[in-house]
Amino acid sequence: MSAAPRPHWARPVGVGLAALAALAAVAALVSPGMRGTLAAILTDPRSAALAAIWVGIWLANAWLAARPPPSALVRALVTLLFGATLLLLWELAVRLYSVPAVLLPAPSAIAARFAASLDILWIDFVQTILKGALSGYLIGCSAAFLIAVLIDRSPFLQRGLLPVGNFIAALPIVGIAPILVMWFGFDWQSKAAVVVVMVFFPMLVNSVEGLKATEPMQRDLMATYSAGYWQTLVKLRIPAAMPFVFNGLKIATTLALIGAIVAEFFGSPTRGMGFRISTEVGRLGLDMVWAEIAVAALAGSAFYGLVAFIEKRVTFWHPSQRGR
Amino acid sequence: MRNAIPVLGVVAAIMVVWYLAAVWMNAQWTRDQAARAGIEVSFADIVADTLAQDRPRLPAPHQVLLELHALTWTEEVHSRRGIVQSGSLSNRSLVHHGLVTLSATFLGFAFGAGFGILLAIGIVHDRATDMSVMPWAIASQTIPIVAIAPMIIVVLNSIGISGLVPKAIIAAYLSFFPVVVGMVKGLRSPDAMQMDLLRTYSASSFQALWKLRMPASMPYLFASLKVGIAASLVGTIVAELPLGGAGLGTRLLAGSYYGQTIQIWATLLVAAILAATMVGVIGAVQRMTLTRMGMAQ
Repeated sequence: MSAAPRPHWARPVGVGLAALAALAAVAALVSPGMRGTLAAILTDPRSAALAAIWVGIWLANAWLAARPPPSALVRALVTLLFGATLLLLWELAVRLYSVPAVLLPAPSAIAARFAASLDILWIDFVQTILKGALSGYLIGCSAAFLIAVLIDRSPFLQRGLLPVGNFIAALPIVGIAPILVMWFGFDWQSKAAVVVVMVFFPMLVNSVEGLKATEPMQRDLMATYSAGYWQTLVKLRIPAAMPFVFNGLKIATTLALIGAIVAEFFGSPTRGMGFRISTEVGRLGLDMVWAEIAVAALAGSAFYGLVAFIEKRVTFWHPSQRGR
Repeated sequence: MRNAIPVLGVVAAIMVVWYLAAVWMNAQWTRDQAARAGIEVSFADIVADTLAQDRPRLPAPHQVLLELHALTWTEEVHSRRGIVQSGSLSNRSLVHHGLVTLSATFLGFAFGAGFGILLAIGIVHDRATDMSVMPWAIASQTIPIVAIAPMIIVVLNSIGISGLVPKAIIAAYLSFFPVVVGMVKGLRSPDAMQMDLLRTYSASSFQALWKLRMPASMPYLFASLKVGIAASLVGTIVAELPLGGAGLGTRLLAGSYYGQTIQIWATLLVAAILAATMVGVIGAVQRMTLTRMGMAQ
């Protein structure tokens, strides 16, 4: 270290500012209209105030992050501070520039709407998440796991189904939503069907991979105990498959919510999160739309967190879960 | 090529099940029509009719393929509005709608992947960025973002931004986070020994990035690019649902409004072909790159 060390935040901040300036210069060179907009933004005191808040909190974060060693508490603080900054800037930008509420409502307005319409949000939550997404998730994941156990006995099916399953898992499956809505009607059954199809293949591929994850030494041990197929399956191979299975289960949580919400755009009873989003957009009730998005975000994180929590209890022996 | 026979076997089995399901699901309609007309139908008549209905509950595979051929080759080459006779792509053909979807997907994917790589480099080099952004990037993967795509489209339309850009924004957003998460993992994949070696060479952090971290991250980069481009395509299709213009998503919704089941399936087939081709192209680039870098297994 030299006598007068450069502050640790100087370089990232400098690089960021240089990148922004370069972007602005390119934009100004490309279009004359951008030049006017940029000049207006640069000379506006309101944007200066927003930029000052941003830089200030960023410096605070950089200072916190640079104090070695960052404890778990400091890490959480930095993360939360960053999220809160974004919310604060959003709120201030909406107020300072008086953005109309039909374009972008302020976070406070969204929170107010959220609190005021808890009953509607709850009805939509039950319809979309509990009935549509959760039932489809349970059916799809358990069916995929059972079929994985079945095809695990046949090398022919393994070699045939895995490439096909991988192929189908990459397709835009959500597109079958209109067909399934025609087959199963407008209520939650069709949403659950979409979810079943969406979660099935990622779960199948992961389960088949997992059932192959035992080592020869472990299988030999089971053989020396003269364990049969079922004993080996229940006591060795299914436990060994659990890290893969939970990987599939975690991927499937997000897919389940997406499937259930998007399927409602193709027809639904007069409740449900997808229904509410599309009708409120039509009525320009953007605060309600954002409240539904908040519900979706909370439900998605909670669902994922729940599966991750169960994973931690089930696969406590796996290296990725130890030593923390 | 060891897998060719099992894969073909599985695909053939799927086709057989599909045909049986088509006969079973469409038989009710055939029986109703026959009862209304007061004629007896034999089993052979039912099979023949269920595989040739105009609006079946489940179209047979050959019907979907014929529709696909009609909406691409026939429409463009022989139709009055096709590219051969009118000089521009027909607005009925799936070539036109597929290209509209594809261009938005590509534009969004290029921006999303580019910014994702830049942010990952920032995250790896700056602890404050890491601690501020990374948890949110991971958490955002658990949120069903694609479900709100139509709303973003409608809002952007109402402030006068329409056409390619709103769809590309959705596509960019969806491909952004997989690339960030994968690329951070990849840039951190060199082990301590390798980083120490560069330190003994007194390499700058830029040299370490360019000569060690970037090459080491390539397998991770390609894996997340595959996920990202598939997500981009899904995002674009869902984003097209509320728009009345062109695109595969619009065709899906139109097909569902008018009960054109064969057209829905043909559109889905085009979407599947696009997804498979794009993932395949990235996979081919991955194999060539990794082989030239000596990293292929």
